Amino acid sequence: MANKLIVTAAPHITSADSTQKIMQRVCLALVPTLIASVIIFGVNSLILTAITVAACVFFEWAYCKLMGRENPVGDFSAVVTGMLLAFNLPSTLPWWMPIVGAFIAIVIIKQLFGGLGYNFANPAIVGRIAMAVGFAGRMSTYGFPQGADAATSATPLAHVADLGAGDYVTLLLGNHGGVLGETCAITLIAGGIYLIVTKVISPVIPVTYLATVAVLSVCFGLDPIVQLLSGGLMLGAFFMATDYVTSPTTQKGKLVFGIGLGLITMMIRHFGTMNEGVSFAILLMNLLVPYIEVLTRQDKLGIAKVKKGGESK
Amino acid sequence: MSKFLKRSAQGAGVPHEKRTSNLETVKMPLPSKIVLSMGQHIGAPASPAVAKGDQVYVGSVVGKAGGFVSSDIHSGVSGVVDSIITITAPNGAPQTAVVIIPDGEQKVDPSIAPPVVTDLKSFQDAVRASGLVGLGGAGFPTAVKLAPKNLDEIDTLVINGAECEPYITSDNRCFLEDTQFIMDGIQAVMKYLEIPKCIIGIEGNKPEAIAKMKSVATQGVEVKELPCRYPQGAEKVLIENCTGREVPFPGLPSDVGVIVMNVTSVAFVGKYLKTGMPLVTKRLTVDGDIIKEPKNVEVIIGTPVQELMDFCGGFTDEPGKVLYGGPMMGNCLASLDQPILKNNNAVLAFSKKMAQTPKVTNCIHCGRCTNACPLGLSAKEIVQAYNAGNVELLQELNADLCMSCGTCSFVCPAKRPLAPSIALAKIMMKNGGKK
Repeated sequence: MANKLIVTAAPHITSADSTQKIMQRVCLALVPTLIASVIIFGVNSLILTAITVAACVFFEWAYCKLMGRENPVGDFSAVVTGMLLAFNLPSTLPWWMPIVGAFIAIVIIKQLFGGLGYNFANPAIVGRIAMAVGFAGRMSTYGFPQGADAATSATPLAHVADLGAGDYVTLLLGNHGGVLGETCAITLIAGGIYLIVTKVISPVIPVTYLATVAVLSVCFGLDPIVQLLSGGLMLGAFFMATDYVTSPTTQKGKLVFGIGLGLITMMIRHFGTMNEGVSFAILLMNLLVPYIEVLTRQDKLGIAKVKKGGESK
Repeated sequence: MSKFLKRSAQGAGVPHEKRTSNLETVKMPLPSKIVLSMGQHIGAPASPAVAKGDQVYVGSVVGKAGGFVSSDIHSGVSGVVDSIITITAPNGAPQTAVVIIPDGEQKVDPSIAPPVVTDLKSFQDAVRASGLVGLGGAGFPTAVKLAPKNLDEIDTLVINGAECEPYITSDNRCFLEDTQFIMDGIQAVMKYLEIPKCIIGIEGNKPEAIAKMKSVATQGVEVKELPCRYPQGAEKVLIENCTGREVPFPGLPSDVGVIVMNVTSVAFVGKYLKTGMPLVTKRLTVDGDIIKEPKNVEVIIGTPVQELMDFCGGFTDEPGKVLYGGPMMGNCLASLDQPILKNNNAVLAFSKKMAQTPKVTNCIHCGRCTNACPLGLSAKEIVQAYNAGNVELLQELNADLCMSCGTCSFVCPAKRPLAPSIALAKIMMKNGGKK
């Protein structure tokens, strides 16, 4: 037979999941929040998101082109970064600013460290933090719901004392001031549940993160529901902290990571001068991931026993 | 919860593809020749006991065991030894093989008679003479397995009927067609080795087999339904799921009082005690996307794969890959001239399209490999350590515990060849750092 058979090492089949499909699912999970944002803040949300995503994809493509690397745009990871970065911006931001943020996120944090899988911190988080420091004024000029009275719809975390129980619904629906993709808690939770159900993310990080925040809120005498539903917590817990590259892989590690995030977030919110602690909590915990990974390895089948037996001999 | 934090060991949700599970076993007619490899088991290869021109009969010894951990090899046909040649074994190494041309008469060797078994020693001798090796795939000589050093500590016989590999249904057919032989075999092993308890582990995707075995199970025999997560049939995983015991590493199942036998092996023991006919045929699943008529076939060991393919209607398309065994751990055949071996349980043929290896992309540290590994290893860390040539780290990560089940490669969304890389890492550990 002239036809030669292919010989490779096992296994000969792989799962249907791919990096591209995972990233597409994350994008899909973010869409309801984007729609909610357009309803709450107007069409500017959509334009800003489109610009940020386009800029992220462009920088990813251009950098790789320049460096002679394979074009990675097809994996959709730059689209995810773009969407997450845009969700952290106020809808009132000038159109050119997100391009700067996209450059920092994609080129400086992601590609300079080796591209997808090699970045030490979440690119969107660093992009946001860099913009928050660089464009402090514009980045804290939050957008307000269309037609709302600015005075009564200020960003909730800055005015926690003024909030009553009746505002829970407002917080859940996101009909209040804030950055464009953080306010609507209900769509973020829905997106998060979709990712958990489709096994894109494990529930351990979001659950431990949110639980830690709730417990600490009670300890500090704050309203846990307000703390959970406001600021960047929902977006952070479901979409940013669960970024594969910058979170631990083992269940034990995820538990430690989630608790750490909750602790830092509440420390910043309660004792710090900033209203918002989620971005910094995620960045700081990102940096600890390599250590968490090494310290939280799984028990291997049959290995622990040998050690014990060896000692007793 | 404690198990959850200890080790996820989720395994993989591999596709079942068990479309041959209802197809009754058919007997393949005599092939034009049989090629008996002298290495069809773990351990020392056998050495040819015949020369060119010798007359052999069904059940005649053709290869003599090459040591304690080895096995005799018998002819499945009556005929004349044509030649003694060198073939390529599935692992790529050269191997001696005896080629026999059948005369069509299928005369049985006069020495074949049911063995006289009265005690442990005569039972072990009978199993040794039968040429039985682990039929689940490993091919470990069964006589050696049934002679553990700590026999008095063995309290459980675990029968492996998980059949977790996709496509393969030969064990399922064994449960349904050889039910009595299985029970006879189990009872013989329990009696002569004085093992009080037997657990038959069957994956939940074989409800008929589970029901059948439950209906015939005798005192001390328990049927356990296993979750449909690959690799349930891996020895250590099976023992943990059936008995809750962890086999220490390095160590053997006997260290935790367990002997594991594949269902086809134990059925053969039952059959051999009745007939005395050594291991000369094997039930195989023939399937794959280009097999015209997928079948469960009883085939004479040594039959060239090409003839088996022809018996199943041939290919509907140009073959890309042909495998001995399942798609998760099976070996690729380099040529269709290669013969069927004792420990084969399937031959699968796939089209060029199915055989394509997907494009490998960057590791995104999703941790699926770590959480899927049935043994709790971290494939991505092991591969990183291997690429860095860090043997110390490989030791810390216990890379040598890996059993190459392929779960990590299967679940990887970046399609990274993790399992083969770990196999290389194990070699590097043995060589003290050289790749």
